[in-house]
Amino acid sequence: MNKQYKLVRCTINGKERETMVDVRASLTDMLRNDFRLTSVKKGCEVGECGACNVLINGECFNSCIYLAAWADGKEILTLEGLEGPNGEISDIQQAFIDEAAVQCGFCTPGAIMSAVEILNEGRELSDEEIRIRMSGHLCRCTGYENIFRAVKKTMLKRLAAASGNRQGE
Amino acid sequence: MYAGKSVKRVDALDKVTGRTRYTDDLCDRSAYIARILHSTIANGRVVSIDTSEAEKVPGVVKILTCFDLKEKHYFPTAGHPWSTDPAHQDVADRLVLTERVRFYGDDIAAVVAEDEVAAAQALRLIHVEYEEYPFVLDVQKAMEDGAPLLHEEYPNNILKHTQIRNGDYEKAIQEPGLIRVEGWYETPVVQHCHIENFICYAEMEGDRIHVVSSTQIPHIVRRIVGQALGIEWGRVRVVKPYIGGGFGNKQDILYEPLCAWLCMQIGGHLVKLDVPREETFVCNRTRHSIRNHIISWVRPDGTYAARKLESFSDQGAYASHGHSICAKGAGAFPQLYPCDNVEVDAYTVFTNKPVAGAMRGYGIPQAMWAVESHTEDVAAAIGADPLEFRRRNLMPVGYKDDFSKNENYSDSFNQCLDKAMKAIDYERKVKEYEHQTGDVRRGIGMAVFWYNTAVWPISLESSSCRMVLNQDGSFQLQIGETEIGQGADTAFAQMAADVVGVPMEKVHVVSCQDTDVTPFGTSAYASRQTYVAGFSIRQTGLLLKERILDYAHLLTRMPVFNLDIEDGNIVRTTDGRKLMTLAELATEALYSLTDSRHITAESTYQIKSNAYSFGCTIAEVEVDIPMCKARLLNVVNCHDAGKLINPALAEAQVHGGMSMGIGFGLTEKLIFDEKTGRPLNNNLLDYKLSTFLDHPRLMAEFVENPEPTSAFGTKSLGEPPACSVAPAIRNAIFHATGVAVNNAPADAHNLFRAFTEAGLIHDER
Amino acid sequence: MYDIKALYEAESIPDAVRLLQEHPEAQIIAGGSDVLVQIREGKRAGAELVSIYGIDEMRGVCLDGEGAIRIGSLTSFSHIAASPVIREHIPVLGEAVSLVGGPQIRNIGTIGGNTCNGVTSADSASTLFAWDAEVELTGPEGIRRIPIREFYIRAGKVDLKPAELQTAILIPKKAYEGYHGNYIKYAMREAMDIANLGCSVNVSLTGDKKTIRDVRIAYGVAGPIPMRAETAEKTARGREVNPETVKAFARAVLEDIHPRDSWRAAKAFREHIAVEMAKRALTTSITLAGGEIRE
Repeated sequence: MNKQYKLVRCTINGKERETMVDVRASLTDMLRNDFRLTSVKKGCEVGECGACNVLINGECFNSCIYLAAWADGKEILTLEGLEGPNGEISDIQQAFIDEAAVQCGFCTPGAIMSAVEILNEGRELSDEEIRIRMSGHLCRCTGYENIFRAVKKTMLKRLAAASGNRQGE
Repeated sequence: MYAGKSVKRVDALDKVTGRTRYTDDLCDRSAYIARILHSTIANGRVVSIDTSEAEKVPGVVKILTCFDLKEKHYFPTAGHPWSTDPAHQDVADRLVLTERVRFYGDDIAAVVAEDEVAAAQALRLIHVEYEEYPFVLDVQKAMEDGAPLLHEEYPNNILKHTQIRNGDYEKAIQEPGLIRVEGWYETPVVQHCHIENFICYAEMEGDRIHVVSSTQIPHIVRRIVGQALGIEWGRVRVVKPYIGGGFGNKQDILYEPLCAWLCMQIGGHLVKLDVPREETFVCNRTRHSIRNHIISWVRPDGTYAARKLESFSDQGAYASHGHSICAKGAGAFPQLYPCDNVEVDAYTVFTNKPVAGAMRGYGIPQAMWAVESHTEDVAAAIGADPLEFRRRNLMPVGYKDDFSKNENYSDSFNQCLDKAMKAIDYERKVKEYEHQTGDVRRGIGMAVFWYNTAVWPISLESSSCRMVLNQDGSFQLQIGETEIGQGADTAFAQMAADVVGVPMEKVHVVSCQDTDVTPFGTSAYASRQTYVAGFSIRQTGLLLKERILDYAHLLTRMPVFNLDIEDGNIVRTTDGRKLMTLAELATEALYSLTDSRHITAESTYQIKSNAYSFGCTIAEVEVDIPMCKARLLNVVNCHDAGKLINPALAEAQVHGGMSMGIGFGLTEKLIFDEKTGRPLNNNLLDYKLSTFLDHPRLMAEFVENPEPTSAFGTKSLGEPPACSVAPAIRNAIFHATGVAVNNAPADAHNLFRAFTEAGLIHDER
Repeated sequence: MYDIKALYEAESIPDAVRLLQEHPEAQIIAGGSDVLVQIREGKRAGAELVSIYGIDEMRGVCLDGEGAIRIGSLTSFSHIAASPVIREHIPVLGEAVSLVGGPQIRNIGTIGGNTCNGVTSADSASTLFAWDAEVELTGPEGIRRIPIREFYIRAGKVDLKPAELQTAILIPKKAYEGYHGNYIKYAMREAMDIANLGCSVNVSLTGDKKTIRDVRIAYGVAGPIPMRAETAEKTARGREVNPETVKAFARAVLEDIHPRDSWRAAKAFREHIAVEMAKRALTTSITLAGGEIRE
């Protein structure tokens, strides 16, 4: 059998990358195997659990049911991409630590990436909206409670900081 | 002091940055991929397997079937300590591949291929011929004479039947004026649903087999891989990295023996066995479905005269943890509401269903579903207030169990109930929700539980710990107990820092366990980690401290009794003067030209105690009767787990258990086709595990009565949060509607049936 | 990795038609949330795929020259829900597709994929049925437009001719102007679930808001494909807005629907819920339309 390959050029975590992918590969396969971005987890491989969630052009996708071939020309952000230039972690990652929102840690990368999508909107979401927007992640350890707290706390902090900045101007 | 403080998890930073390595992250990409062929009949025998088409698939390395298993080493799978007494050993009824098929999904062959596509293609091309036998899925039908027999050596499919006889039940029920209350209460088959599926990989190192596995119990895996392969246990090396949840499923030997065997059949090449979610549901372990029958004889004053429990536990096809689970639930019954005259009969019975094993709560969630639903029914039958009825009959202060020597030292039940009631505003709501009519009604209900801590005196309890001092005054902490997400490593570090007298950052917990290196321990189960590790950490920490102070005596010439370690410094206790840092001492000790020592400590502590852990749930629901839906509005758990080592992590642990209890009460069940025994909903879409939107805010409260037997005042908390949630929800629905849902879960299907029977909903035509 | 024999990526609609002609065995993959799952299950293993995911001209929502709402078939559920056109003219469609799966699924799932796989449980389909939507199909012979009710042939089978693809879904102006609607999804949990039953209702009231000028109701999972309940519609059309009308309407759906017994839900249960949903969805629709149901 002749395998079919495609040259994929994309931006991953801010860096331009290119790789030849087997067209049968999922984006999870590409990120984990070709780039060793192992924060992208496999929990069900059918888009039900959310463990493989990454941002593509700013929106959340379960990379397990996204063909690697489609990544061509896209901007992809994984959990590893949140790291600052000197290894700093972002506010949402810190909030996950502070609120004890991490247990086994397997759903954590995917959940944080959904939080990133929400927080990037820069607006205040109701509790219900936060829950809806996080509902693509199954977690068996936390009961979602502390994940919710971490997302809400970070959202309010950012909004307070933004309004502080505006007042300062 | 760190114990008692909500310090951040020691592994949190790695987990929020994605640096944490789980099994698949560690596996080299050169690994071959193994996939298992499962039976498509529920009972029978494999007559032949034709692999000729499958072998032609490019990329297939080898296909092995049950007929390739030349030496048959039957092995047990329960993650129990081994017993040197054959009478107490777990039932050894598994083979890595089997000709005799006992459930739909049994393991009959395996493909090893270069990639997962080739493996999947080959699986589809294997042709199997079976001799089919009739099968049985119902636990009581399986006990009938003439039912299909799963294992020849167990007549009527009864794996075990145990009894408790206290007082004289038959005589006691003769007492005039008693009210008889009877009920059947059943829980479904549910599954753990840890987000990381079971995965392992194996390769040969010389003549040894090296297995890396997502397990809770690496040392037990080593023993059982040795048993299953028929090789010396020392030739097996098992590594347990971080795992993505276990909840008891990974307290069983799953596919480590098969993966190791496959590896050895192909000359030792690296083989990875990554179990798909669909197979995790049915080919790993499940929670036992238990059907309980309770009869209570109550006096009009609200006291029990006599009680009887019959428990029928559906083991599925193989023994796994066997009768332990049913026995644990049945054993809890006479102690929760003590009564002089009690009869208990507990049966664990084989059926042609997936194998049931350990799952968070180990029989107690099923038992509490029955007992606490029944308690509500009894209170209703005699017109008593369910809260007062419980308070009157619950295990009293000073109660002592003769077998475990557990003692109820404090008034924990009442304290927990009081605190939970306050948190959820019980008194007001219970009144407000009386006498409701209409389509949508609210209700509030409660349930209690007690839980053991660890497994003494049923099995061995021991914990081994090693501390290795570094030049900078920090030390590695190694222990046989495992981090499985619950936060054990953090609690261990807190305890160790306190005992030795160093800042917590000076304790490096070696999280990844390697049976070649890690001290022996039986690991994560029975909510035992903090309790049992506490003993070996305290003992080993004191030993390390003794050795450090002994060396400090050499360097300072001060008597050891005037020395201590505080905040990483050697301190003279008589005047509080800091004599040197621990780093200075450690460096000198290691490089001294006159007296060089590598200061380490290692010890084993055998625990011969157990402890009662207590708690309760109060749940508030809104029931939409025409829509057959119960929505949880508020829920609170209150626990007495003794002194909390880390309150924030304890709270998080409670949230997780509550979540599992909510699913157990409202939505989760694995279902099987009656005609074939085939599982119908073994995926995360059709199996309704709670999502972000299915929970209200979860409230966790604590009462901290220090446990006197414990090294740090703690007792169990891992499993307790899952024990009382479901019956509290059931009782809240009962309060709202007057309808008793006795078969969990109270999902729309069961509510439709119950509301129809109760006449609350009618045929629209 | 998926068991895919070959992947052909189309860059435009004509390109897609050409690829489908060149590879008659090939199946279309849009967002892939169904197709890839089925490949993994083995159902479509070894398939040749024509990917249309990259055809951006098939994305977006707008009003066409005749005032019809035009939804490109590749528009994701989340983009439909966020579309100002949808929010203004047919908010219920945005609400319905916001109940599909979870957020990530709503980002990858497309309305074209949702309707082309021909399943009865599709959350968008009952609302499209209830609003007299039309589908635009593009193939070698050009473009044709058919009512969505004719597009569905049987379970899993829609009216796609060889080398044809669905390029848009349209809701004509006369179908939405003056109508207000409500969708109820009945599932066993609040997210990441498939409908046990879906019910979409919309009404147009007379000027005084006292009479039902028109009412339409459609179900998912009440039969092998999404369906309208015409007896119920006839029962309520032209009747006064009052509880008896709502009740009669709801009871009448039983004349039309024929849900099946399955392990997901029993027939009797589905029928009971269907009636209750009709009642509630009509009540909400009437309220949204400015009507009031007085006892």
